Amino acid sequence: MSKILVIAEHDGAKLNQATARAVTCARQIPDAQVTIAVFAADPAAVAADAATLAGVDAVVTVAHSANETALAAVLAPQIVAVAAHYTHVLAASTAFGKDLLPRVAALLGVPQISDAMAVEGAYKFKRPTYAGNAIVTLEASPDRILVASVRGASFEPAARGGNAPISALSVTVELPTHTRYVSLSAAASSDRPDLASAAKVISGGRALGSKENFALIYSLASKMGAAVGASRAAVDAGYAPNELQVGQTGKIIAPQLYVAVGISGAIQHLTGIKDAKTIVAINKDAEAPIFEVSDFGLVADLFVVLPEIEKALAG
Amino acid sequence: MRKILVGIKRVVDYNVRVRVKPDGSGVALEGVKMSVNPFDEIALEEALRIKERGEASEVVAVSIGTEDAQQQLRTALAMGADRAILVKVSEAVDPLVASRVLVAIAQQENADLVILGKQAIDDDAAQTAPMVAALWGRPQATFASKITLEGSVATVIREVDAGLETIAVDLPAVFSADLRLNEPRYVKLPDIMKAKKKPLDIIEFSALGIAADVGLKTVFVEPPKPRSKGIVVKDVAELVDALQKKGLI
Ligand SMILES: Cc1cc2nc3c(=O)[nH]c(=O)nc-3n(C[C@H](O)[C@H](O)[C@H](O)COP(=O)(O)OP(=O)(O)OC[C@H]3O[C@@H](n4cnc5c(N)ncnc54)[C@H](O)[C@@H]3O)c2cc1C
Repeated sequence: MSKILVIAEHDGAKLNQATARAVTCARQIPDAQVTIAVFAADPAAVAADAATLAGVDAVVTVAHSANETALAAVLAPQIVAVAAHYTHVLAASTAFGKDLLPRVAALLGVPQISDAMAVEGAYKFKRPTYAGNAIVTLEASPDRILVASVRGASFEPAARGGNAPISALSVTVELPTHTRYVSLSAAASSDRPDLASAAKVISGGRALGSKENFALIYSLASKMGAAVGASRAAVDAGYAPNELQVGQTGKIIAPQLYVAVGISGAIQHLTGIKDAKTIVAINKDAEAPIFEVSDFGLVADLFVVLPEIEKALAG
Repeated sequence: MRKILVGIKRVVDYNVRVRVKPDGSGVALEGVKMSVNPFDEIALEEALRIKERGEASEVVAVSIGTEDAQQQLRTALAMGADRAILVKVSEAVDPLVASRVLVAIAQQENADLVILGKQAIDDDAAQTAPMVAALWGRPQATFASKITLEGSVATVIREVDAGLETIAVDLPAVFSADLRLNEPRYVKLPDIMKAKKKPLDIIEFSALGIAADVGLKTVFVEPPKPRSKGIVVKDVAELVDALQKKGLI
């Protein structure tokens, strides 16, 4: 039997959807028993949320004031203490998971499989390399704990309807004080759909030309109920905040609809959107590589057609 | 004065579209342009700026790679690193192995800061910085977009999913560079000449006594499933119509 420990990512109140995707990956491991671990100052609300995910066999909680905010250096030794009873440790391949899991793997003395995108066996997974241009099948030794981060875009979130038992663990390890949380500033407004989990995403690129013009993307996104994304060029130029970057080194997403506006389609960008169900590209250059992957392409000046699309949606 | 260690990985240039070999054994690297991993250039630039501000005295570039990685180390020296170390391996090593090597060098060098890229654009694993921090028993500040040093504390702004997070870490510590930490300088010709005279030491991997096998093997490499090419619509009306038919808007 595979005993899978999935590390919950949360904001203190709710479980992040990325964790529900990691649960789906965990369930695909043959003969899996899936436990979600919630590390928090007060884990009750998150644990209750996690317990409702279908396919979760148990939820364990570790309450500690040091877990008020998620710091890899503080969480890792606690996870290592809990992991001794499991065969696998999984977490989402988000900024949280990317920061945390390699620290856990190293403390356990095991290698890590990053961005698992398909389960081929209990110790065999596929993952993308070279910005998604080479898919590698890796096999780990079954004689040690397997640590893997899960590529969210490859797995649907686990459904609700579960009712897993919740139990509290007491972990007695020394926690470091060399790392301290100071603050978080979020530039994107929270009343918009979340980029990582939205069904529809509209992204703007360098072609928008200014922060002021980027408002065109926000405006259309509001009309469509879509989240907003951006290319690296748009973020570097300051048109959009960093957390909106989509791509190899930003967020990897899989919405139902992705609209790329004034984005050329560099491989680093494409790897972030390959799993979108429908891709729409708006670009004035008919030769732009984005058209190689788009389901619907519109060769046009964005400043002409975006207002037209808004009007068509209103009417 | 502080000493900074920077990781320099030789990778396929980001402009190259890699091809998977038909036998599934890997990607074709023959004749392909190789460069310094872009994130490592950013890491090095940050180290150089810290030194230029008078907040460090030495910048050491380290690569774990084959003989050929000396080219990338020469680039690092031309950018301004004071010296370089190549830990020579015969084939690519797992990030856990690379991390063990970097910790050995960090200890040997008594480094105060280790600055690495947040990921290498070949394996895209994004593991090395946290692993080095863990094995070295030090703090980590990953995805850094601003590093400020004051005494024995570094304040770091990090690019996280929710926005920008600020943390404080005690030195020595490990940092990983994100895209917006800085814009790396261009190397000038005289610098390339000067770099030829800077020290580049070669250490055999086998001399470090670190096992290369960590129990993870590559079974197969394949190209991704291609996305089928769609259609070009003639105007907004046709686009809106098509999306409405699919129930997407
Ligand atoms: C290490 C590394 C990591 C990277 N990671 C990422 C990443 O995660 N995500 C990412 O996106 N990029 C990433 N990049 C950058 C990537 O290589 C490209 O530079 C970037 O994606 C380009 O952004 P863009 O398409 O907005 O700009 P450009 O490539 O400049 O494209 C602008 C497009 O707009 C079109 N256009 C111009 N005016 C108009 C108009 N009026 N109407 C319609 N179309 C117009 C042009 O035809 C052009 O195709 C990375 C690069 C490196 C080296």
